[in-house]
Amino acid sequence: MKLTRLTLATALVAGAAFAEDIKPADVAFSDGAIETSLTGMPGDPARAPEIMDKGAGNCIACHEVTALNDIPFHGEVGPTLDGAGSRWSEGELRGIVANAKMTFEGSMMPAFYKTDGFNRPGDAYTGKAAEGELAPLLTAQQVEDVVAFLMTLKDE
Amino acid sequence: MKKGMATRTLTWVALASVAFAAPALADEDAELVVNGEIEMVTKTAAPAHLADSVDEILSGWRFRSDETQVLQLDDFDNPGMVFVDQAMDRWNTVEGSEGKSCASCHEDVETSMKGVRATYPKWNDPAEEVRTLVMQINDCRENRMGAEKLKYTSGDMVSMEALISLQSRGMPVDVAIDGPAQSAWEEGKELYYTRFGQLDLSCANCHEDNFGNMIRADHLSQGQINGFPVYRLKNTKLNTAHDRFKGCIRDTRAETFNPGSKEFVALELYVASRGNGLSVEAPSVRN
Repeated sequence: MKLTRLTLATALVAGAAFAEDIKPADVAFSDGAIETSLTGMPGDPARAPEIMDKGAGNCIACHEVTALNDIPFHGEVGPTLDGAGSRWSEGELRGIVANAKMTFEGSMMPAFYKTDGFNRPGDAYTGKAAEGELAPLLTAQQVEDVVAFLMTLKDE
Repeated sequence: MKKGMATRTLTWVALASVAFAAPALADEDAELVVNGEIEMVTKTAAPAHLADSVDEILSGWRFRSDETQVLQLDDFDNPGMVFVDQAMDRWNTVEGSEGKSCASCHEDVETSMKGVRATYPKWNDPAEEVRTLVMQINDCRENRMGAEKLKYTSGDMVSMEALISLQSRGMPVDVAIDGPAQSAWEEGKELYYTRFGQLDLSCANCHEDNFGNMIRADHLSQGQINGFPVYRLKNTKLNTAHDRFKGCIRDTRAETFNPGSKEFVALELYVASRGNGLSVEAPSVRN
């Protein structure tokens, strides 16, 4: 019993769940959709607004989201996300967040769960060349949190 | 909600300004007249080479807020003009081993440099290369004055570029894209449409496909460079086009190119050519 509890604690601290994440290179798309959770767990929609504001996602730089109206300055480059959870399935939304180009060919939207195939990839926003492997723009957990939030955006 | 409030505040400020001086203010039809006499072309038909891309070309001035626009209406309000004055001093200052100043050869800047900015970047026959104005200034310094080159984006250089550009203010941008300049122009065009960085964005994604749209709190312009060097309220100094290119490519999470690089010279030629027909505005004011 003691051992089990210790193992569990270690697992939580070390983020063992992370080790089970599907890696960006291993993601399986089916008609643009990703049917299974990247973490194997459902996301937490409550964590999404921060990610979608000035966090790693910055979704509202380009998209309007009425549910996030307490955050100022929503962009208008992409379509509104209102009703996204009615228009798309969870798998389709996961695929669009991870790599929208798999759904919309030539889309301007950055791929948030992709780490290769870029032209002159940089070291974040320093203007310098990236060193070593790129991290995806969003972690698997963050993708799941955003997808879970988008699923709550239903048509009235 | 907050967006709405900001718009209302802006309108109120604009109304107050109208009541006092009735300047041209930011609406779709605002026109830029500098010092009450230089009528600027800030919107005109696109040059022929853009026939498949855009119908009209628009100066970045049209995309800025009322408060920013108004700063360019009068040289006494234009914060870029102080740097032009500094460059005027340098124009007359002897530097280097040959005992010359700019004025020793070029005399009165208002006469000798009139129209120069409008045609740069341009092909230089003896050097067999496309040169930016900055490259030409440094060629003069090095080979005629025997002086040190100025760093490409240094304050001294950008001020001199502004002084020379000012002598073409109000004249239409008219860079040549054919003849010997064509291959550099093609290279610049290729760069313009190439997607860079982890965000995988090209110049065209924002400035051709989405001008007029808001990206967060920023109003996307066509990315025209007819106003460069530009005084930016953001960093309170004059900026070269290459500074801006570098910043944009950096913001795609890419490894950028350096100011003065072959790539940016080509890109400057191409982007300048997208503004053929707009007025030279330097030193313009932007946010």
